[in-house]
Amino acid sequence: MASKITEQQVEHVAELAKLEFPKDELGKFTTQLGSIIDMFEDLTAVDTDGVEPMTSATDRVNVMREDKAVRSSKEEREAILKNAPDTDGGYIKVPAIIDESEDGE
Amino acid sequence: MDFYQTDLTQLHDDLVNKKISATELAKETFDHIKDNDDQVKAFITLNEDAAIKRAQEIDAAGIAGDQLVSGVPLAVKDNILTKGLTTTAASKMLANFNPVYDATVVDKLNRAGFINVGKTNLDEFAMGSSTESSAFFTSHNPWDLTRVPGGSSGGSAAAVAAGDVLGALGTDTGGSIRMPASFNGVVGMKPTYGRVSRWGIIAFGSSFDQVGWLTRTVKDNAYLTALIAGNDEHDMTSSLKEVPDWAANLNDSTSVKGLRIAVPKEYFDDLDEDVHDVIKAALDHLESLGAIIDEVSLPHTKYGVPAYYILASSEASSNLQRYDGIRYGFRAKDVKNLEDVYVRSRSEGFGEEVKRRIMLGTFSLSAGFYDAYFNKAAKVRRLIAQDFDDVFKNHDLILGATGASTAFKIGAEIDDPKKMYMNDVLTVPVNMAGLPSMSVPAGFSAKNGMPVGLQIIGKPFDEQTIYNAGYVFEQTTDFHKQAPKLGGQN
Repeated sequence: MASKITEQQVEHVAELAKLEFPKDELGKFTTQLGSIIDMFEDLTAVDTDGVEPMTSATDRVNVMREDKAVRSSKEEREAILKNAPDTDGGYIKVPAIIDESEDGE
Repeated sequence: MDFYQTDLTQLHDDLVNKKISATELAKETFDHIKDNDDQVKAFITLNEDAAIKRAQEIDAAGIAGDQLVSGVPLAVKDNILTKGLTTTAASKMLANFNPVYDATVVDKLNRAGFINVGKTNLDEFAMGSSTESSAFFTSHNPWDLTRVPGGSSGGSAAAVAAGDVLGALGTDTGGSIRMPASFNGVVGMKPTYGRVSRWGIIAFGSSFDQVGWLTRTVKDNAYLTALIAGNDEHDMTSSLKEVPDWAANLNDSTSVKGLRIAVPKEYFDDLDEDVHDVIKAALDHLESLGAIIDEVSLPHTKYGVPAYYILASSEASSNLQRYDGIRYGFRAKDVKNLEDVYVRSRSEGFGEEVKRRIMLGTFSLSAGFYDAYFNKAAKVRRLIAQDFDDVFKNHDLILGATGASTAFKIGAEIDDPKKMYMNDVLTVPVNMAGLPSMSVPAGFSAKNGMPVGLQIIGKPFDEQTIYNAGYVFEQTTDFHKQAPKLGGQN
């Protein structure tokens, strides 16, 4: 079945999802996504006029709690930072927002 | 020590009467696991040193007489947070992740004195039906090592089937407890949505995810599920409803006489013949015990898979945004700027199936497609839930097969995602409606000797009726007493 989704669209969705696919994989990925989206099209056969969307199966509504800050211990803080890929002096370190090679310095 | 010839009650008695100590039991459990796990590959991480230390502490303090799991070795699916014990979700993204807190279910088990033997394999982020999407390795079905154990809780199911443990925690978003239970000839219960806290479960589809157990017996399952159930202030979707003592309510007088069982004709549409024969025999058996069996219709069944894959993938695309390479998890090397950290870390850290789900979800939620896909699927979800409501007006339970086939061969479906998704046709409708549902061993295929599971679906929060019927079925058959002969033919 002809797929409704194009490689261009897949690249656009990937950008939204902060993903990238190598050019040589894009074709196969587009075909697979297309075949799944074709299956999604089966839903057009269902009459849903006047049906309310259902987004949860919970039996609870509007659960409130006090807005209260909880202090973490030094040990917890250290354990959390240990999971970070890069840290410096108790902070999580990230690369510069601007590409350093374009920085002109 | 293997766990084929015992159950929780028996093991507890043995521990209390000092026929075996918790430490000896833990050591024998690891011996057994090491004997078979190079073939089965159920575990990503074994917790041996900590488990034996914990068993020694429990021996020193004495087995708690009122806690059946005190000193009992059990396993935990590796998408459930365990403080200080690596929790990977079978993803390269979290290969070195060390949780700083326990999931509520693990906390409850710790307080009851369980011995955590280790973390079981799964499909990456619980997305899959075979464990083949695990970033580390594929688990093998103990009944036939060339076949998949099902997924996503395949490691947990295989560990129970291999006699490693009496029970292992799983999670079920679209069938991930029940399907592997069916493929491995064990009991698997997905409780009602909201029955068990999801706090500390690595989120996949938050409006579908539930935690539950894979066990050898129905009674063990009833006991263990009650132990982890109940309201939790950390999960605002967890129900305030009281948790009954399901196991205590099971006894020899439990009967299926007069039980009104609905059998949806749609659940037989695409069954393999060998599965069909086993399920038909199981229904005949229950009828002979006095159950009233009626054929009914759940007309929107066939729309369950497309609607589920839109909704669950949409929720996944949102839940998995947190993996950005910044605070924890995998960060790509040689990144030039912040955008690069996000894109490269996610592209290199996630496997193919996870990326496919994120893409499907992002597409379904994106401008121009939201109404046609996400919103349409959410409406179909309502219709599926209403189908169940209608049938439950006049029936106590809905029965059918758990899977349309028995466990398939490793490699048979991994390159055809659509075919893989269709494995979930009989399990996803239950998650859409938030219902409780259990798979119990119902017999073996005449074609390949593999186990077949009978699915028992109940009304919201009526796990008791499911356990009662499952218990009667189990006690009047001997399928649960069969054990795989590892490495040999069954």
